[in-house]
Amino acid sequence: MGWSMPRGVLISCIVVLVALALIPVTESRYLIDITTEIMVYALFALSLNVIIGFSGNVSFGHAAYFAIGGYVNAILLTTYEMPLIISFPLAVVASGLAAAFVAYFCTRLTDIYFAMLTLAFAMLVWAIAFKWRSVTGGDDGFVGVHVPAFLDDRVPFFYFTLIIVAVSIGILWMICHSAFGQTLIAVRENLTRAGFIGVNTRLMRGAAFVVAGTFAGIAGAIFAMYNRGVYTESAFWTESAQVLIMTLLGGMYSFFGPAIGAAALYLLERFANEYTQYWPTVLGVILLVIVLVLPEGLVGLAKRIKARLAGGS
Amino acid sequence: MAVLETKGLTKDFGGFVAINNVTFSLEKGEKHAIIGPNGAGKTTFFNLITGHLEPSAGTVTFEDKTITGMPPHQIVRLGLARSFQRINIFPRMTVYQNIQTSLIARDHKHFSLFAPAAAQNLQETAELLELVGLDTEATEIAGELSYGKQKQLELAISLAENPSVLLLDEPTAGMSPQETKEAIALVDEIAKTRGLTLLFTEHDMSVVFGIADRISVLHHGELIASGLPDEMRNNPEVRRVYLGEGDDAAA
Repeated sequence: MGWSMPRGVLISCIVVLVALALIPVTESRYLIDITTEIMVYALFALSLNVIIGFSGNVSFGHAAYFAIGGYVNAILLTTYEMPLIISFPLAVVASGLAAAFVAYFCTRLTDIYFAMLTLAFAMLVWAIAFKWRSVTGGDDGFVGVHVPAFLDDRVPFFYFTLIIVAVSIGILWMICHSAFGQTLIAVRENLTRAGFIGVNTRLMRGAAFVVAGTFAGIAGAIFAMYNRGVYTESAFWTESAQVLIMTLLGGMYSFFGPAIGAAALYLLERFANEYTQYWPTVLGVILLVIVLVLPEGLVGLAKRIKARLAGGS
Repeated sequence: MAVLETKGLTKDFGGFVAINNVTFSLEKGEKHAIIGPNGAGKTTFFNLITGHLEPSAGTVTFEDKTITGMPPHQIVRLGLARSFQRINIFPRMTVYQNIQTSLIARDHKHFSLFAPAAAQNLQETAELLELVGLDTEATEIAGELSYGKQKQLELAISLAENPSVLLLDEPTAGMSPQETKEAIALVDEIAKTRGLTLLFTEHDMSVVFGIADRISVLHHGELIASGLPDEMRNNPEVRRVYLGEGDDAAA
């Protein structure tokens, strides 16, 4: 096969997978729900990192593809009464196609112009969801999603999410460590030089955008069923900002960093909301800390501590 | 036979003519140096040939194909590779990955989403590492190498593309005399064994006259002379604009 994952990472993955699989044994509804949501956000953040950490562009509109996955899955399941086995893949394909359409335009640009255009397209998606009331439910949201009976209960849904997310992350890991993934890093590292080794950098950045949008669509499709609804907020720029912060908090230069960032930010928000109404303030402080002292996120911090300990002993 | 030709090549940066009506030809198998004072337009000339900049006028022909206005990645695919004056590598990747990625791109595998990177072009990467003398630094982060070694790496990245013509923009800039000597010996050796046609710019006249088969002189964006090293050495105009002022032949 040729795939090689560092032993420590492989062991950590297995431990996390086993721990997750055992969560329902606790029979804590709270724990099961939190974990389900974290898994979805972890996939969402990892998908965004294909654009940020690998292709070296910043997307301010990644929520659009999450929302499209959610809406399409919800509408096909409910309005058209399609089975999940059809609605889910179609939702994912729709997200990927939308990402391809946007990528066609965005990849003409780089840096801040790229980011602004992704934001503009995401606001367009939000506006469509908001205005197209007959299909999306507008600002009331698309509620009462028909979730297949076998996923009606919390525990089967948890395992459904676990399997889909784990397989998706596995595929993402392969893509990111493939010949494609390594070339993408070269594009991030040095756009000009990448062109001079014969790489069509625009096409590479576009492909990364499509991969990212596709996997965000998977996360969104799951989330729509979990919530039994999709709301316009899921496409709003604040949602894009949140997943961006998750990615940066975890660390964009590490594959699993964004998943750790997603869990950390999600839990922080949960706890902060129990003690204060000022979550946005807390979020602001977190952002400041990331930018000023943790440019490589929590994973970067862990590496530095490890290096310090190794050097000190 | 000319492998690379420019006709009336001109680059006008909004009134400043950096390259003015340059007609030039590079013969197959030769080692051709382009010299000229700072600001003569040597790097701009390279940028025009390799697609990094679009010419204002004129044409570039490579192996009888017009490549004017083509993007760099397509030109590289035709067999025309280059290195850069200022180091241009992939700094956060390992030395090994720098070269390996270049090979992946050459073999059109950069859209292979499910081919493990770690298994690609292992042997050839190792050979190139050895060729440029970086085999012991393979796992180091490229951006942390010494300056001279980064230059060697850059050369390996360009060689990985398997070019028939290689453009080197000041391959020894910033190197110590010892490093310069080694680098030039290496380039010379590689050109010989791989049958490369070499076009390079260089400030160090001992290097230029040491390895060039032919020399062209750029001055204020114009090609003022082109010929054998001895002809250039004795050309009064060349002496006046270049060799005379601040002659660094002694350096």
